[in-house]
Amino acid sequence: MTTQTHEGHYFVPNPSIYPVILSTSLLLLAGGFIFNINGHDAGKWSMLVGFLGILYVLFGWFGKVIGESEGGMYKKWEDRSFRIGMIVFIASEVAFFAAFFGALFYMRVISVPELGGFDSEFTPYPGYAGDWPTAGPGGATVHGAYTPANFTPMGAWGIPAINTLILLTSGVTVTWAHWGLLKNNRKQLIAGLAMTVALGVAFLCLQAYEYHHAYQELGLTLGSGAYGATFFMLTGFHGFHVTLGTIMLIVILLRSIKGHFKSDHHFGFEGVAWYWHFVDVVWLLLFVLVYWL
Amino acid sequence: MSTATATHHQDDHHAEHPTGIMRWLTTTNHKDIGTMYLTFSLIMFLLGGLLILAVRAELFQPGMQVMQPEFFNQLIGVHALIMIFAALMPAATGFANWMLPLQLGAPDMALPRLNNWGFWLLPPAAILLLAPFVLALLGIGDGAVATGWTFYAPLSVQGGIGTDFAIFSVHLLGISSVMGSINVLVTIFNMRAPGMTLMKMPIFAWGWMITAFLLIATIPVLAGGVTMLLTDRHFGTHFFDAAGGGDPILFQHLFWFFGHPEVYIVLLPVWGLIPHILTTFSRKPTYGYKAQVYSFWAIGILSVVVWAHHFFTVGLPTPALLYFMYSTMSISLPLAVLFFCWIATMWRGSMTFETPMLFTVGWIILFGIGGLTGLVLADVAADAQYHHSYFVVAHFHYTLFAGGIMGIMAGVYYWLPKMTGHMYNEKLGKLHFWLTTIAFNVTFIPQFFLGLAGMPRRIPDYALQFSEFNMISTVGAFVLGLSQLIFVYNVIRTVRGGEKATDKVWESSVGLEWTLPSPPPYHSFSEQPVIK
Repeated sequence: MTTQTHEGHYFVPNPSIYPVILSTSLLLLAGGFIFNINGHDAGKWSMLVGFLGILYVLFGWFGKVIGESEGGMYKKWEDRSFRIGMIVFIASEVAFFAAFFGALFYMRVISVPELGGFDSEFTPYPGYAGDWPTAGPGGATVHGAYTPANFTPMGAWGIPAINTLILLTSGVTVTWAHWGLLKNNRKQLIAGLAMTVALGVAFLCLQAYEYHHAYQELGLTLGSGAYGATFFMLTGFHGFHVTLGTIMLIVILLRSIKGHFKSDHHFGFEGVAWYWHFVDVVWLLLFVLVYWL
Repeated sequence: MSTATATHHQDDHHAEHPTGIMRWLTTTNHKDIGTMYLTFSLIMFLLGGLLILAVRAELFQPGMQVMQPEFFNQLIGVHALIMIFAALMPAATGFANWMLPLQLGAPDMALPRLNNWGFWLLPPAAILLLAPFVLALLGIGDGAVATGWTFYAPLSVQGGIGTDFAIFSVHLLGISSVMGSINVLVTIFNMRAPGMTLMKMPIFAWGWMITAFLLIATIPVLAGGVTMLLTDRHFGTHFFDAAGGGDPILFQHLFWFFGHPEVYIVLLPVWGLIPHILTTFSRKPTYGYKAQVYSFWAIGILSVVVWAHHFFTVGLPTPALLYFMYSTMSISLPLAVLFFCWIATMWRGSMTFETPMLFTVGWIILFGIGGLTGLVLADVAADAQYHHSYFVVAHFHYTLFAGGIMGIMAGVYYWLPKMTGHMYNEKLGKLHFWLTTIAFNVTFIPQFFLGLAGMPRRIPDYALQFSEFNMISTVGAFVLGLSQLIFVYNVIRTVRGGEKATDKVWESSVGLEWTLPSPPPYHSFSEQPVIK
């Protein structure tokens, strides 16, 4: 890394109340959720207050940042901070998904074959072959009730393949929008972003339908052993990230319509685009490792 | 490391900031945030110590005297979580906040509001961790997390509401660490003074850079692991249940993929600050700057590929045992390079032994014992005997109390005059050092022998032949705990007043932070110095 000479002063923001409200809201949300899942229904009110607090902070904090950005407070130096920060943040997200891919790998390659490979005289699960996909030797237990492990795994070449096409296309449209921004072609920027948002929403609708299909017709649930747990946790967290990414894209779209961003000053756009590409890459891994193989 | 040529102390306008509690709630100033981190750390250090003194009181004699076994389990787990996540890590982050901008010649941390959020996630996390104790008194749940800090399944899948609280506490602590790491990395990469190349950086910044990389790589994996725990507990998944094709040992892999690098996350900032103290009080340049930086990298990389040595005894296949044994032992090579550099920095130096230096020299010896006993545990054959015994407890207290806390204390005595503008009381500092060092050894040397003789950890009762060593250890622990009150008194006294410290504080201190007044102005280096 070479040294750079900096022009002028770095922007150090004034004191801000948002972080404390955000932390308090997270405390209320987490605390309420804990009470809720342990049979204390009153927890939902704490969750509601926490959720509203988070919404308030999102609008307030990001609104302030957008105001500062459009007000010309951020120059090249600050811009570089945001870029490095976003890269590091996405790296931490990669590590989060790696934990779940790691769990999938461990079950498929180590624990399931081992459970099927025990000496038949000593295993508590005689006759279990350890093939994949599996709900495990003991069947599925949902809410304490035993159900036999009958489920149909999710095929790769129906909705998942369409979803792959959708996300890959959305990666193209967001890049096309970026080209528009770089050429100062606002129409292309807005049209590209609108298409990306539409594709994101379409992906989420299909994913929701797929979950419904899995629960209602395939008998595939979160409780379906190793396969069900990894399938729903991986695709679920990915879907959650697509939801966040779509919300971010909508914000960027609205900002573009209001005339924000310049061809040489648009970290907000690029940060969202990077995030979207990251979500895209995770999906490709999911498609190959969860649906296909 | 580097010489400043530009003007400084230029920034005399004292920026307006709210006063009273609002100053601390809303601050975006790296010095204020650093102070909050360090204060929080000190409070939690005392609290965590209090919890373990209750444990040592129970272990004073065989049989159950003071508490129920369930409560004993809760105290042990919460003690560890508090000491690691709420005392050690925030102390290191506090130093990073205070010192990185000063050492790098930066106007502030790169992302000041995020910085504030990083700190203010900690008190809610502490509340979540401790709330179950209070709730149990109110008749809700059965107390705090009772699994130890490692959350091993299936015990943690079966535990009560305290486990859920601990899971979300870990989530908040994890978000805090990731935000802190983002801030540190951006500051190091983007905020250095012109002319300060990476290889001219103070070594403290290097230590923190590797720590931040490790946090980014491993904290999210812990978050994923405890999330699986949560869904196993409440939403019917089977990640850690063999009946569903899962495996309790999967949790151990996920936990220790984070848990082993965590040791280096705690230690690397200390390894970064130790050379500054050694070079100041030996009046010699740091020996082997490059070698130390490369060793940091080597240890950082090795630390993420050795995790399974924490559970050699669960029945891993032999090739895995061999791999994890040899890779673990290979960490001692770069670590030996570091020890060599530390000692060589002192070699033929014109040494004086002010309190920071006393702590540093004591640290080198005690941390050395921690490292060598770790080498014993890394041996698969030996570990079969020592695993889950008090030998392990003694070992990791030599690395985390001596190697972590004592290093942090050396840093406190070294930088406190810069931060407050006042000199601490040298006599009290030295008394604190000697009492701490002696009491620490009285506490933990007997535990090595208890472990060798077969006393298991985390059990509230023990066989009669372990009585004497446990008594000695308990007496040591209480002296150790009480002597920290000297430290608290000394720190408070220094903050409130005392002999004025000079800008340079120490006779031969080197670096940008010593070119500023003591205490530095609220905003420093608004104009960056140029480094030749």
